[in-house]
Amino acid sequence: MDASQSLAALSRRRFLSLAAISGSAVALAACGGGTSPRDMAEPSTAPSGDGGKGGYDGPAVQLAFWNGFTGGDGPTMKALVDEFSKEHENIAVTMTTMQWADYYAKLPTAVTSGKGPDIGIMHVDSVATNAARNVIQPLDDVAAALDLQESDFAPVPWKAGIYDDKRYAIPLDVHPLGFYYNKDVMEKAGLDPEKPPTNHDEYMAALEELKKAGVEGHWATPFPFTGSMTLQSLIWQYGGSLFNEDGTQVLWAEEPGVTALTWYNDLIKKGYSPAKVAQDADYVAFKNGKNAFNWNGIWQINDLKQTDINWGVAALPNIGGTNAAWAGSHQFVLPVQKEQDANKADASRVFINWISEKSLAWAEAGQVPARNSVRESEEFKAMKEQSELATQIDDLHFPPTIPGIGDCFGEFEKAFNSVLLSGTDPAKALQDSAQRAQKILEDNAKKYNR
Amino acid sequence: MATQSRGRASRRAGSPLTPYLFLLPYLAIFVTFVVVPAVFGLWISLHDWDYMLDSQIFLGLRNYTDLLDETSLLYPEFWNGMKNTLIFTVASVPFLIVIPLLLAMLLNIKFPGRTFFRALFFAPYVLGVAVIGLMWRYLLDGNFGIVNALFGTEIQWTTDQPWAWVALVGVTIWWTMGFNAIIYLAGLGDIPAEQYEAAALDGAGWWNKFLYVTLPGLRPVLIFIMVTTILASANMFGQSYIITGGGPTESTKTAIMTITELGLRRYQMGAAAAESYVLAAFLALVSIANFWLLRDKDAAREQRELKAERREKDALQRQEVTA
Repeated sequence: MDASQSLAALSRRRFLSLAAISGSAVALAACGGGTSPRDMAEPSTAPSGDGGKGGYDGPAVQLAFWNGFTGGDGPTMKALVDEFSKEHENIAVTMTTMQWADYYAKLPTAVTSGKGPDIGIMHVDSVATNAARNVIQPLDDVAAALDLQESDFAPVPWKAGIYDDKRYAIPLDVHPLGFYYNKDVMEKAGLDPEKPPTNHDEYMAALEELKKAGVEGHWATPFPFTGSMTLQSLIWQYGGSLFNEDGTQVLWAEEPGVTALTWYNDLIKKGYSPAKVAQDADYVAFKNGKNAFNWNGIWQINDLKQTDINWGVAALPNIGGTNAAWAGSHQFVLPVQKEQDANKADASRVFINWISEKSLAWAEAGQVPARNSVRESEEFKAMKEQSELATQIDDLHFPPTIPGIGDCFGEFEKAFNSVLLSGTDPAKALQDSAQRAQKILEDNAKKYNR
Repeated sequence: MATQSRGRASRRAGSPLTPYLFLLPYLAIFVTFVVVPAVFGLWISLHDWDYMLDSQIFLGLRNYTDLLDETSLLYPEFWNGMKNTLIFTVASVPFLIVIPLLLAMLLNIKFPGRTFFRALFFAPYVLGVAVIGLMWRYLLDGNFGIVNALFGTEIQWTTDQPWAWVALVGVTIWWTMGFNAIIYLAGLGDIPAEQYEAAALDGAGWWNKFLYVTLPGLRPVLIFIMVTTILASANMFGQSYIITGGGPTESTKTAIMTITELGLRRYQMGAAAAESYVLAAFLALVSIANFWLLRDKDAAREQRELKAERREKDALQRQEVTA
């Protein structure tokens, strides 16, 4: 045993006695024995104390907080973190932001090598995968401390955090897809900028008017951002779904999927969109008044506020017959620690607890608060754009929360990419990709249930 | 002759272990970071391996046989990646070998500002792939890019074929030609000026000088450049990852991209490892073929003859000594 190890053991012992005095059972990493992170930090011994409600008065700690808020939401989170650090003299939080894709690839590796952050953020569809892969630890105690009630949340973000009967994530927000429209361009084409189209016929008529005025109104991007979200929304609008209820069947090749993809591809055929749109060019075009409509995430609100264009945002127009929109949700998670430091564990909980209470401030980053109570508050209603998009709350659809579901979306993205860029027949492209995704789904079911 | 061989032997004084001691630090690093991972990787490739899960399932060779089974999930992805890798390698390597050679010959001529131009052509290579990738993604953007604006074209450089390949090959040439050119320059500097003089006296023109003096003089450099360039092109990742995202429709998704996605995004380390070994085997074959094709056949024969001659002389000498 070298010096640092004995020191750590000492502080652990000291902490145990302290914990015993305060009467709260405290989690400790079970040392040695297993080889996987789950063995090292036995979940059943996770802190079941006050879950961060009572604050933290231990020695000064430094917490690492990783996320992928690279967009307009990053600065808001940073400001919240700074405010937290100011209020809590003994907790210093360092926030590290990276691309989501890198984040999800990096986190498990960091956790295995014991270099994982103390706090992280995850999307609803990643929580189950990471819980199953022992990347994150249960935090039932935090949920209890926050007094989270199912009735206060939209059902999916609420359920998304539960895996294997344990809660692994605390919902922070809901971020739906919205319908952005450029008022100046609409006006130029003789459309009423205060009355954006709300259904199929109005939408097509508006696109036709725009076309007459020489504007390709809605650029159909072949890229996942935000083509995938747009198509998913359309499939639900046409009465379909990507997967069945329990996530065992891929359904996107059924008729609603084909109709949705055909409608989307027809935007190009009918001259409402240029062909082979480059990455992000649809949104860049919108910001520069080159097109009129863009279906994009609520997270673009702050970005658009910095432009000179005259824009508005509304719920997605109902193209398919049923109101529906894609949505994601950010959730707080606690990555597994190889060497659980009880002080850090406590302080992390204080942090999550504190930010959770600030979901109104977070809404300013262009997000819909996950809690009904905050969403229905006067302060939130005063945020014009955000609350406009929040009206969709009952029509939102989230991806299923089963481990490995993310692997299937790659196939979905390939399908519409090949239709838009290589001229593949929509039905055939969807069929092929659904077949492959079905196999992936079955392989993953085996993998994560072993 | 005899003194020379004795002299060589006496230079080997000291402990016979000395050279191995000098090699030890490198060996330790080589074993830790190359040999052990390579062997461990083979072990991984025999499993359904997810390093975050408690148990790994032994599959035997199934990850490899899956790559030959048309109905498996991995088959189309992997061979699409291999095909794209081949396309990129075949399309880029000739340019990456010829253009830097011409550039090096140009920069080898004495003219004012030569050093400045040498630095200028080398400069892009200093930049990381993320930098050049992002920069060119914006420059080549088919809807708003400055490239289209400058040339008055309406080409979708990143979402349409064959333009995506043209763009990727072009960017790679611009980015790495300086590196190969610098190596060629070093090689050109090693060719004795007398050889050119002699060739000139024999009445050789610039083309014959190039063919009979420059090219043979550059042979070792050329082999090195061929091998490293082919390997670099076959390992292309960053350019298509950033500029085209592997598109349009997976048509620029290289083998390495496929493997990375499988291992790090879909957490199938075993299958990804198997794919890596198949790719590595292909590259090893290509490198061996390279050396074999480019070896100097005449020089090799001369060397063999020289050795045989020396052996005969040595034998004669020994006879003299014993006599």
